[in-house]
Amino acid sequence: MRFGVVVFPGTWSDCDFHYVISEVIRQPVKYVWHRERNLADLDCVVLPGGFSYGDYLRAGAVAGRSPVVEALPEFVAGGGVVLGSCNGFQILCEAGLLPGALMRNECLQYRCQSTHLLVENAETPFTRALRPGQVLTMPISHGEGKYHADPETLRTLRAHKQVVFRYATAAGEVTRAANPNGSVENIAGIVNEDGTVLGLMPHPERAAESAMGGTDGLQIFHSLLGSLVEDGAFLKR
Amino acid sequence: MGAEPKVTLDLARGLGLTADEYDRIIHRLGREPSYTELGLFSALWSEHCAYKHSKVFLARLPQRGPHVLQGPGENAGALDIGDGWAVVFKIESHNHPSFIEPFQGAATGVGGILRDIFTMGARPIAILDSLRFGDPADAKTRRLIQGVVSGISWYGNCFGCPTVGGEIAFAPEYAGNPLVNVMCVGLVRADRIFRARAEGVGNPVFYVGNKTGRDGIHGATMASATFDEHAEERRPTVQVGDPFTEKLLLEACLEAMATGAVVGIQDMGAAGLACCTSEMPGRSGTGMAVELSAVPQREEGMTPYELLLSESQERMLLVGARGREEELRRVFAKWELDAVRIGEVTAGPDLVVRHRGEEVARVPVEALAEAPRYEKPYAPPAGLAALQAFDPMTLPEPPDCAEALVALLGSPAIASKEWAYRQYDQQVGINTLVLPGSDASVLRVKGTRRAIAVAVDGNGRHVFLDPRRGAAMAVCEAARNVSCAGGRPLGVTDCLNFGSPERPEILWQLAEAVEGIAEACRALEVPVVGGNVSLYNETVPAVGATPQAILPTPIVGVVGLLEDAGLLATQWFKAAGERIALLGPEAVSLGGSEYLWARHGRVAGRLAPLDLEIERRVQGAVRAAIDAGLATAAHDCAEGGVAVTLAEACVTGRTPIGCEATLSAGGRRDQTLFGEGPSRVVVSVGSARQREFEALMAESAIPWRWIGTTGGDRLRLRMGTETVVDVGLDRLEHAWRNGFERHMA
Repeated sequence: MRFGVVVFPGTWSDCDFHYVISEVIRQPVKYVWHRERNLADLDCVVLPGGFSYGDYLRAGAVAGRSPVVEALPEFVAGGGVVLGSCNGFQILCEAGLLPGALMRNECLQYRCQSTHLLVENAETPFTRALRPGQVLTMPISHGEGKYHADPETLRTLRAHKQVVFRYATAAGEVTRAANPNGSVENIAGIVNEDGTVLGLMPHPERAAESAMGGTDGLQIFHSLLGSLVEDGAFLKR
Repeated sequence: MGAEPKVTLDLARGLGLTADEYDRIIHRLGREPSYTELGLFSALWSEHCAYKHSKVFLARLPQRGPHVLQGPGENAGALDIGDGWAVVFKIESHNHPSFIEPFQGAATGVGGILRDIFTMGARPIAILDSLRFGDPADAKTRRLIQGVVSGISWYGNCFGCPTVGGEIAFAPEYAGNPLVNVMCVGLVRADRIFRARAEGVGNPVFYVGNKTGRDGIHGATMASATFDEHAEERRPTVQVGDPFTEKLLLEACLEAMATGAVVGIQDMGAAGLACCTSEMPGRSGTGMAVELSAVPQREEGMTPYELLLSESQERMLLVGARGREEELRRVFAKWELDAVRIGEVTAGPDLVVRHRGEEVARVPVEALAEAPRYEKPYAPPAGLAALQAFDPMTLPEPPDCAEALVALLGSPAIASKEWAYRQYDQQVGINTLVLPGSDASVLRVKGTRRAIAVAVDGNGRHVFLDPRRGAAMAVCEAARNVSCAGGRPLGVTDCLNFGSPERPEILWQLAEAVEGIAEACRALEVPVVGGNVSLYNETVPAVGATPQAILPTPIVGVVGLLEDAGLLATQWFKAAGERIALLGPEAVSLGGSEYLWARHGRVAGRLAPLDLEIERRVQGAVRAAIDAGLATAAHDCAEGGVAVTLAEACVTGRTPIGCEATLSAGGRRDQTLFGEGPSRVVVSVGSARQREFEALMAESAIPWRWIGTTGGDRLRLRMGTETVVDVGLDRLEHAWRNGFERHMA
């Protein structure tokens, strides 16, 4: 499976995703500069974490209008999948590829901590190796990760099973105390209607090796590879 | 350009120069300096840039060793860690700016030290910060803490370097002078280290990075003066940070270096362009000619004086290889940064500065580096002997030692600092094997089996009561922290925070402390490869009042090496039913202890004895136990004594695990439990491997003994047969978790 990790000015999880893809799951991967529009040779585009353009406007606002992001709808229409983590999730929302918005954390402070995620939808290419109700442990690191959407959008999200992960306790209870940033309905990650674009605030690439404290993040990558191997559903050619 | 002020002695004084120094400049130049030249001298001869009062002492520090690739005198020091890799690291202060404007002061402190690391060609992989404040119960102090922590968080997180450790302590002496010391560690191939040199006559000099504004003019001079009632007016001398541009500058610099077209590079930190254009040729025995009108500017009508002394952030001076200018420009253009040729390297001996073609300064490069070195008289402070003579045993014993322990765990200095570090990204780069919250943090070196352990430490009360021993203890403790993680200490960086060196008792503290650091570094075989001196940390509380100096606070950063990243240790107990050993001497003292301060409000008494040979052996024994896979946890005995050490080992892990231990009988309970002494480490060992551990300790020839067993949900401490502490872990954990945060929430 061919991965492309996008680099915007200010991106910083690019090297981490590149490392996990090439050294841990051992798949072909290359960096994609933000001015690139040609994604034809890729199966999965990763929008990594960081502070694209410093997030000096709104987080992800400038990057959401960059050439590479403008090329994503065509890429997805052609059978590609897109994984946006942290700043990548913010960018996908800013670009309108995912509904809703990410706002300043309710505590008004940056939060770097471990979180538990309840898997709600295991029928996407990103979660196929998981089962609903499973609890994953993954760290977050952000100042603007409070997911927000209007009631109508939330209804649509529920109707199409677009909510993939919710912040929960270790036992899988979705509680207010388990919500690190004040996200509406504890939402930590969502997909588009087709399930081909995933945005999540947590960092799967930081939970991909036991030396780093856990391998739950790896399951997202394994799901992608498994999907590819099993049915080739999102193989582009 | 407006008319320049006339150069007079009064003007020179206003810029921080003395009458004697002004005479020296005239004598050296053989004429009166121009206004611009006076500005150059005032900045480069400031204490901050020239170490006028400290250089004579700093020469005492051991700077060489088998691992040293770069000692003091460059942007940062460098150590060989094997497999072709080197670590580049340094600690620096941003105390003065952080008091005036805590958020930007701390943020630009992070920015400055990051640049020091990546100008060496290294990618920054870790930040640690050592912070000192007044009482967190005070509203103004809380605002300072909030400002400083969010400034560090903002800059480090946006830039993308994890903050992996540090420490925060409190004392009233820091209320008017908080300390913000930031250490950064980077990784570089050992044969690809860049230096701040201007070699090759005719090579182009490039200005790269952010545009220049009027911010931070005379920051170096400000950092060389005592705060008075006008401190707030100095806000304009604090720089404003832009971590996004710094991130671009990092990537662009590393990419430019990879082309091979970079000859030398220096960060424009304190004293900005003035510092770089004189220090770079100074190191290479060359000269430099620059044209200031070419400098990218974001304000109009800036004078040569302002352009030279601005401390605008995120800028570098780069000497390129002649004929390869286009390659360099292309790299910086890709990252949307200015890279402008502003001059060239000359044969010397002068720094020649022009503005719109007109010469505004011509000064021998050497003259700017020839700041006077002061060897002033020093003497111990008058009341110190009486303070040392105080006997803590004259104070009443606590009626309930368990209560005293709970209170001590909840004192802001000892309690969890999670409130601060959860605001810092701790993992970007996916190298952090041990996160903040253990004795030392550990980072892997990808592509190798190796890892590095890093820690910073310092204790102002100890140094105040006994500068030499207290400073030596700071080196020992930072190194011991690294050893407790399984790292062999390789090198040291230090930040010397003191009051005004013009006062004999402060200069004495400085002289003694440096001597103590030197003694400990020699004994532990860890050279000092870089650092920083911050003097004049004083505040005049009211007009005409005596200046109030900070506690003398040398902060020591240690970097150590783990040959095998898989063999590391953390400070918390892992399982029930394991044996607990106490390594090191029994001798402790309540003198200068956290207990004496937190419970009785006193800073007095004598420190416990320090035997550097025992210290070396204890650290060796701890590392040997970790290397052999025998130690399941190792925790240094520091503030709060062995009782706090054991309590922390019980409650700071993911799952609390209790313990029972028997301490030596005979002494007073509070002294045995909370007394502090060097060279002591608590280690837990799986019961099946007890005999192996005993054999290893016998080989190490150190004092040690088994003191107890892990397990249960209480901490029970006995002295002889008497139970002196018996308390539930939930109470201890609650006190530890909330002791600091309750002030900040």
